[in-house]
Parts: sequence; C-alpha cells; structure tokens
Amino acid sequence: MATTTKKKRRWLTPKTAPYLFIAPAVLLFIIFTVYPVISSLLLSFQTSSGGESEFVFLDNYIRLFNDPLFYKALSNTFIILIVQVPVMLMLAVLLAVLMNSALLRLRSFFRIAFFMPAITALVAYAIVFMIMLDENYGLVNYVLSVVGIEPVSWLNDPLWAKVSLMIAVTWRWTGYNMVILLAGLQNISNDLYEAASIDGAGKVRQFFSITLPQLRPILLFTFVLSTIGTLQLFDEPFILTDGGPNNATLTISLFLYQNGFQFFDFNYASAIAYVLVIIIAILSWLQFRVAGDRDE
Amino acid sequence: MNKQQSKGTVILKKIGLYALLLVGVLLSMFPFYWMFIGATNPSGEIFSIPPNLTPGDHFMENLQNLNESVGIWRVIFNSVFITLTFTILSVMICSAAGYAFAKYKFKGRDPIFFMLLLAIMIPYHVTLIPLFQLMASLDWLNTYYAVILPNLAYPFAIFLMRQNMRSIPDSLLEASRVDGAGEFRIFFTVVLPTMRPAIAAVAIFLFMFQWNNFLWPLVVLGDSDMHTLPVALSSLVGMSRIDYGQIMMGTTLSTLPIMIFFLILQKQFISGILGGSVKE
Repeated sequence: MATTTKKKRRWLTPKTAPYLFIAPAVLLFIIFTVYPVISSLLLSFQTSSGGESEFVFLDNYIRLFNDPLFYKALSNTFIILIVQVPVMLMLAVLLAVLMNSALLRLRSFFRIAFFMPAITALVAYAIVFMIMLDENYGLVNYVLSVVGIEPVSWLNDPLWAKVSLMIAVTWRWTGYNMVILLAGLQNISNDLYEAASIDGAGKVRQFFSITLPQLRPILLFTFVLSTIGTLQLFDEPFILTDGGPNNATLTISLFLYQNGFQFFDFNYASAIAYVLVIIIAILSWLQFRVAGDRDE
Repeated sequence: MNKQQSKGTVILKKIGLYALLLVGVLLSMFPFYWMFIGATNPSGEIFSIPPNLTPGDHFMENLQNLNESVGIWRVIFNSVFITLTFTILSVMICSAAGYAFAKYKFKGRDPIFFMLLLAIMIPYHVTLIPLFQLMASLDWLNTYYAVILPNLAYPFAIFLMRQNMRSIPDSLLEASRVDGAGEFRIFFTVVLPTMRPAIAAVAIFLFMFQWNNFLWPLVVLGDSDMHTLPVALSSLVGMSRIDYGQIMMGTTLSTLPIMIFFLILQKQFISGILGGSVKE
C-alpha cells in the first residue's frame, strides 16, 4: 500500500481508520439495539411482582396462547393484511400503468399529487380521517346521503371500523407503492411490447403476459414491505378507534402497547413482541419462497 | 401495429386517462384541503351540514386556542429540535460507518455488517420495553436524550450509505492518500462532497422518520412540556371536549412544513422516503 514518502507518523492509518469510523455506530447499536433485543427475550421468560423477578420459562407464552384477546388481535391484523394489502397493490399497479401511458403529459404533477399522502404524519392523517368519518356530521356520510345512501357507522361498528382503518391505510400508502411500481414499469424494455403487438397480442394480453411477470420482483418487494408495515400497524388504530369498538380494530402492536404501557406488564408485552418477530420472519420467508423461485 | 389510430380514439383515450387520474388526485389531495378548511374555520364548522368548503378567517383564533391547550410553540420547538439534532447526528454516524463498510477491508467487517442487516428485519417493538426500562433507570424519561439517542445508529441508513459509497472509485481515495491527506480529511473533503445526493436522500429519510415518529415519543415523553407534535396531537384527541378547529390547526402545522419541503425537493424526497429503492 502507498507507503508515504513523508515520514510523518500517523496513528490514523488505513488499517485503524475503519474502526474509528464504525465505532460510534457500533457502540450505539450495542447499547440501544443488541442489549434491548436480548433483554427483551429474557424478560419474556420471567414474571415480576413487587420488584422481584422470577424465571418462569414459557409461562408468558402459554398465557399468550390462551388469551382470547391475543387471537382477536392476531385475526384483526391478518384480516387487514389479507384484504387491504392486495387491494392497495392492485390500485397501485393500475395507477402506475396509467401513469406510464405515453399519452400522459404533466407526469410529475400527478406523481407529486399521488405521493403527497406518504409524507404526512401518521397521527395527523389519522385525525383528519377520524373527523371525515364521523357518523353524524362527517363529510363522508354527508356525501353518501346526497347520493341517497344511509349513513354508515364508520368508527363505531366492528366491521366498518376495520374498513375505515383499511381505507385510511390505503389512502396513505397507494401513491408510495405506485411510485416504486412505476419505476419498475419504466425499466421494462419497449421491445417486448413491440414484439407482442406484432404477434397480435392486445393491450390486456400484454399486461398479463409481459407487464405483470416483468414486474414480479418489484411487486414482491412492495408486498413484503406492506406486510411488515401492516403487522406493525399502530398509529392509525390508536388514533382512529383506539382498538374499538369491542376490540374490532385491536392490532398486535396496539395489544402490545396496552399490555406494556397501560397495564405495565413488561414481561407479557415482551413475549408478544417476540411472537411478532417470529410471525414477521415466517411471513417474509414464505413470501420469498412463494414468489421468489417459481422460474429460474 | 396499429400506428394510425384515428385521432378520435386517441382523444377519447386521453380523456379517459385524465379523468381517471384526476379522480385519483382529488381523492389523494382532498384530505389536505379539508384539514386547511378545518384550521381556518370556527371549531364546530367542520361538522356543519351541508359542509362548508371555503376557508374561513379563524386561523389566528384556532392557533391561539391550540397554544392555550398544548403550548404549541414549545411543542413545535421540541419537534424541530429533536428532528434536526437527530438527523444531523445520525447522518454523520451512519455515513461514517457506511463508508468504512464500503471502502475498507478490516477484521470483523462482514460479521458486524451482517448483524446490522439482521437488525433491519427486527420490528422495533422488541426493543420498546427494555429501552423504556433503560431510559427510566438512567432517569432520562422526559428528556431529549430518550428520543434522540436510540435510533441514531439507524441500520437501514447505514446500509443505504454503504450501498452508495461503494460507487466511490478506489483510485480517487488512493490519489488523495498519495497526496498526503489523512483518513479523516479524505472522508470530509473527498467522500462526503461527492456523496451529496445520496446523503441528502438518507437525511430526508431520517428526518421524516423522526418527525413522524409517534409510539416511542409517546412512551418516553409523558410531560406535556416535552411533547412532540404527533404526541401533542394525540393528546388533543383524548380530551373530553374535543375542539376540532384546534386539532385541524395542529395537523396543518405538522404537515405544512413537510409539504413545502417536498414541493421544493421532490426528487430527493421521493428517493429518500422510498429508501433508495427507486433510482432516478
């Protein structure tokens, strides 16, 4: 390596420098990530009362798997996942295809407009939706009444509360996913489409036989991102419905928060957190398995 | 190929395309407009039937009321201070680490980097409880430390930095070394300036993360004096008599500055928020 002609002694050489560069990050990472991750696992194997902790191995997990509220939170989260994520991604693909049309001018105007929801604070937009969806005086029910539809009890009916949550999340994230998908669309070579139209394939055929397969890796990416996001859903149910009515919008994250910081059962909350980790790990792995190696 | 589509079909297609997209724009932008209507009208007005769709003149009153309930200037200061301090420190820490991982060979590099990658996959919930206990035992609840410190070494930001820094040519670094520049000097005068766009994107990502961060500040900032905007807003929703003019004022204040930044720096914003997953 470049031995310097100047004989100036340096303690900071290309050999030692990298350690100094990573030192702050590694130190902070150990204190604020590694330590809590381990500590949380230990907490999940203990119970505490009156300042005394006791090792109980799997008791918290056994309690969790016998807790009807846990199943409620789990099923709510999965219902939202199964309905909301596909609907949102279909909307995002549709929007991206429209945005990719050669006929479109002012593309950047549309992109700004559709991306705007993704920059708003979760709490702020959840509040605005709460107000728009008010049962008696909300704007949405007013618009429905104008076209002759009975008012909907958006936030106070178990089914509609879930729908409200899904509408809000879809509003926030569709444009975000559209921008990712649009970038993917723009990378698909035009030759493929030209060859297909010479062979006489119509637009719809082309969409299913060229666009979707070519888009698959990016669709998978957005799917995994949205799945992880939905599993961690907290701000929206906290503000919009606070988990209600009757726990119809209780998500896993909210369930964890309630146990940790309303009932101060840190041990139980830690067990919930670890179950969440395992669910996320399994789902991500499954999604890559299912969508990843179908060809090749 | 049907290159010579009649002019009529093209125009029809265009009309359909723009109509669909404009409906989308309306749906996506309307809540912002509604927020602004709420912020400038008297409190009850947001629920009037038929709805009032024009901006009113209660801007100052709502602002005053909001200030009386939550001390909004203090809250804004908290949010700005926490977010800026966090972003500056985190960009420095993450870019330094990313640079080391990208451009040096050293013992332990790959295992350490792998650990960081692993941490990207872990939901933040896992660290929530022990971090809270840690902050409580350090007596740091209701301090800026508690909010700023835990996420400074943001694994995803380090990862992004490393990916971007790999494009710096080794010859450039070697040339600087031959010229006698020290390692720190190379980092500050060669690496950082050439990496400006990537750093801007990561900075925006971190800024948005912290500005919108809710659950962690909610947990560690109990005193209303220390609240950030999202926490203060959520406390307004919990009040027994909800004043919607105030609330909409608060949501406007937390959204408007970001909107303006976004309009000015939209390309950097989009690539920043998408975490570098889209290259322009």
